[in-house]
Amino acid sequence: MSMMKRMGMIFRAKANKALDKAEDPRETLDYSYQRQVEMLTKVRRGVADVATSRKRVELQVNQLQVQSDKLTQQAQQAINQNREDLAREALTRKSGLQSQMADLQAQQAQLHAEEEKLTLASQRLQAKVEAFRTKKETIKATYTAAEAQTRINEAFSGISEEMGDVGMAIQRAEDKTQQMQARAGAIDELIASGALDDASGLNTGDDIARELQSMSTQSDVESELAALKAGSTPAVGTNQPGAELPAAGSASAPAAQLPAEEEKSPEGGQA
Amino acid sequence: MIVRIMGEGQLEVGEEHLDRLNELDAAVEKAVTAGDEAAFRTSLSALIEGVRAAGTPVADDTLLDSDLLLPHADASIDEVRDLLDEDGLIPG
Repeated sequence: MSMMKRMGMIFRAKANKALDKAEDPRETLDYSYQRQVEMLTKVRRGVADVATSRKRVELQVNQLQVQSDKLTQQAQQAINQNREDLAREALTRKSGLQSQMADLQAQQAQLHAEEEKLTLASQRLQAKVEAFRTKKETIKATYTAAEAQTRINEAFSGISEEMGDVGMAIQRAEDKTQQMQARAGAIDELIASGALDDASGLNTGDDIARELQSMSTQSDVESELAALKAGSTPAVGTNQPGAELPAAGSASAPAAQLPAEEEKSPEGGQA
Repeated sequence: MIVRIMGEGQLEVGEEHLDRLNELDAAVEKAVTAGDEAAFRTSLSALIEGVRAAGTPVADDTLLDSDLLLPHADASIDEVRDLLDEDGLIPG
């Protein structure tokens, strides 16, 4: 006998065994219908769970994308300041992020496929449960308990098999989402800890940003000093409170006071 | 004849395709018995593809028992063994 045939017989036998048999066969129909409706709720909840997992993974992909764009910018800044070492570091981290993202995108695609399969399973089951309900009501209305007995097996054809199949599909989807949620949880923790900013593991926190920041602060200070030494006044005007250079940061604030004191003519720059 | 692909639903397949499908089925069974993962993957997808190509989907609101049953496309050898195990339990 073919494997397909054997599997079919075994599956149906198991599915039929799972039926709750009542004394009055008409009640058996009602019990079974209840279980079908419960299964329908379960499969719909399954669809919602998979969708939630998928959205979570999507969110993570977006977060990593932001991080990756930032590293690209930092690499560009570093190159502008002749710091190839820093640029290389930023790009190395970016490539670490890229592989994380590829992994997450594969998960996202899998979850999407799972969601579609379960949605179809839910539609299929709903149509079958509805067909079963009609059949059940007909049997209950038409036959006495004794007569209905012979109609029971006929009524159950297809539905118990479908229930077994959907039950297993939900189980598979749950297993899959659980695995992915565990991994998603780990990535959330990584994002929260800032460790993904530092894929190379050389330092902690966003040290590239810090170094670029301190370099640009230094160069601002240097250029102001140079301007002062050259005795040019226009630079002073830009150092009014609230008009600091955006990249200068807090370190430039003390420097901004210097010209005003030395020239003893704060308004000079604007005159 | 009615064939169920697990997780996908039922299809009606004409008797004329049966010989060909039985050949594909025998290849899957051989791979399962041998525990040959690579042969199992190829033969299972060939069988499922064969059924999809030969069959027409049964309407959702039709209640029919299947004559043949196939595991879902990503099933593992172990899952197939479970399906062939008469003592196993179906969840739900």
